[in-house]
Amino acid sequence: MKDSARGLALVSPTALYALAMLVAPMAAIVLFSFWTQDYLTLDTTLTFDNYREAVTDPIYGQLMVRSLYISGIVTAVTVVLAFPIAYYISFHVAPERKALWIFLVTIPFWTSYLIRVFLWKVILGFNGVLNTSLLGLGIIDAPLTFILYNLNAVVITLAHAFAPFAILPIFVVLERIDRSLLEAAQDLGETALTTFWRVTLPLAMPGVIAAVLIVFIPTVGDYITPRLVGGPGGLMIANMIQTQFLRLNNAPMGATLAVLAMVCVTVIALVFLWLNRRFLRGRN
Amino acid sequence: MSALIALSGAQKYFGAYHALRDIDLEIGEGEFFSLLGPSGCGKTTLLRAIAGFEALDGGSVHIDGHDMAGVPANRRPTNMVFQSYAIFPHLSVAENVAFGLRKRGLDAKTQAEKVGGALEMVGLGGYGARAAHALSGGQRQRVALARALVLEPKVLLLDEPLSALDRKMREQMQGELRRLQRHVGITFILVTHDQEEALIMSDRIAVMFDGGITQIDSPEGLYRRPASREVGAFIGQMNFLSGQVRSGSEGFVAQIHGLGHAPLAADQSAEPLVAGQATFGMRPESLSLVFDGQARAASEAAGRVADRAYYGDMTYYEVALDGVAEPVTLSMKNMVGQPVLSVGDAARVAWDPRALIVFSGAGDA
Ligand SMILES: Nc1ncnc2c1ncn2[C@@H]1O[C@H](COP(=O)(O)OP(=O)(O)OP(=O)(O)O)[C@@H](O)[C@H]1O
Ligand SMILES: [Mg+2]
Repeated sequence: MKDSARGLALVSPTALYALAMLVAPMAAIVLFSFWTQDYLTLDTTLTFDNYREAVTDPIYGQLMVRSLYISGIVTAVTVVLAFPIAYYISFHVAPERKALWIFLVTIPFWTSYLIRVFLWKVILGFNGVLNTSLLGLGIIDAPLTFILYNLNAVVITLAHAFAPFAILPIFVVLERIDRSLLEAAQDLGETALTTFWRVTLPLAMPGVIAAVLIVFIPTVGDYITPRLVGGPGGLMIANMIQTQFLRLNNAPMGATLAVLAMVCVTVIALVFLWLNRRFLRGRN
Repeated sequence: MSALIALSGAQKYFGAYHALRDIDLEIGEGEFFSLLGPSGCGKTTLLRAIAGFEALDGGSVHIDGHDMAGVPANRRPTNMVFQSYAIFPHLSVAENVAFGLRKRGLDAKTQAEKVGGALEMVGLGGYGARAAHALSGGQRQRVALARALVLEPKVLLLDEPLSALDRKMREQMQGELRRLQRHVGITFILVTHDQEEALIMSDRIAVMFDGGITQIDSPEGLYRRPASREVGAFIGQMNFLSGQVRSGSEGFVAQIHGLGHAPLAADQSAEPLVAGQATFGMRPESLSLVFDGQARAASEAAGRVADRAYYGDMTYYEVALDGVAEPVTLSMKNMVGQPVLSVGDAARVAWDPRALIVFSGAGDA
């Protein structure tokens, strides 16, 4: 009784902070999504009109699908590239060097996200670093145009930005794998490659799934990168939400799209959490 | 003898550290062989060299007549039970046992039968569906054993498989392992630092110190005729007394400070007897107390009980003998009608000259 009271007292500042900064805005968004706005007048009667429009107007559906598609590709690319890096650090770097390597992995965080996106614009642009170099070397005759202001640019930029987030959780699970398990597998007749498939990868799955969630969830809602490097074909749902709120002055529609995006992400995240539970089964 | 496993001149370095020094070893088919030695002496390294996890820097390993140089662990006819058991946490008990069978190309029914049979053999029948993490230490050890035995290897390597178990469990498993080995007839190589365990279980034992093998012998041979003071002190308990070996008309005679003299036979020394300074080893059970009223023994010394440890069936005494620097340890069975002496009591100690073991050179004992 006393203990629980003290516990409550201890968490209450944080809880209040979370309530004010997280729950209240969320509640406001949900409430807004059931209102409607006609130019300047806000109609506060509760209605499903926005949802009906969001589902029937194909533009919203397309944007949502494209967002999930881009995030899916970014997640796949990031995790597939992060795994060998995490594997190398965990298995092939001397123990006293690992901290240094992890430190190096976090170097991209030393500059702000916005500046890194701008840098990619400089690298990938028509007269950018990549094109001038390739032209100068005579490898290409005309500047490559498929690398900026489209979906590819968004994928490249986001995959780079989120790489450390994917490397770290995978590194942590690999570090926790008892090395004698790998020797046992070889002792029982497996080669290095089949040992990887039968022991290392299954044991690393919780980290891989954590990496998938950590990359996927924030990229669905990202709007800086598509805005700056995506061009018209690389825009995502968050750009539409921003437009609804700030340009079209239709906050209720923006709120509705935000809620729908949240629901989509939640459903996908739950599927992965359920997968993770299956992989975690059998471990203490 | 055609040995199943033969090592000759095996060397291993970890950087500048010489972990295996010129190991020569032959182990026969169906033998229960133990590697015994203090922590850090290189037992695990030697076992791993046989299993194929450590490449030698010199010498060779032959298994069943084949040179194992360059043969990786997955293609050697050995299987290992790891010290940590290395049970795959993401698999069930049955999947763990079946892990190595995948390559055999068995149909599902035969494989299930084999797995069931292996689990039955180690006393885990019906545990197949259990998750591996829900097992006790002893059960994990049995799963590791079943997983290796189901492959019917020529050699089973065991790295301190019992050290993580409590005493009761360990004693029970020692008996079971021995029975199992007789039953399957596979060569077992057991690494242990527990001399009692090695004595109980093995056909032969190699004693290792500091990367080298000091002596290879049967348990009785090691106990009765240790080749060096180190081995004598490591296996069981031994008193060390200083004196001389003299050559007389009847052969060699031991002259022990404070105890007197006794004739020596040739088999009481690992090396040929020579006259000179010597250290004499004596096991606690070859010394005994002579109680009042008992006849005087042929070889007897007087002293005082300096310390005593009472074990119920046995009592271990430390007796300070007149004229001997260090007190000697002796063990007595606690027979009904015989007193248990207390610290400070006067004691007469009889010793058996036939049990003396001669080590050349004067020791510090
Ligand atoms: N990979 C390695 N790198 C460097 N030194 C090692 C390595 N493996 C073992 N050693 C050293 O070699 C020596 C022998 O090690 P080993 O593990 O064979 O000992 P052990 O007899 O099995 O000891 P224990 O009874 O404690 O298990 C030790 O001094 C150890 O520090
Ligand atoms: Mg060891």
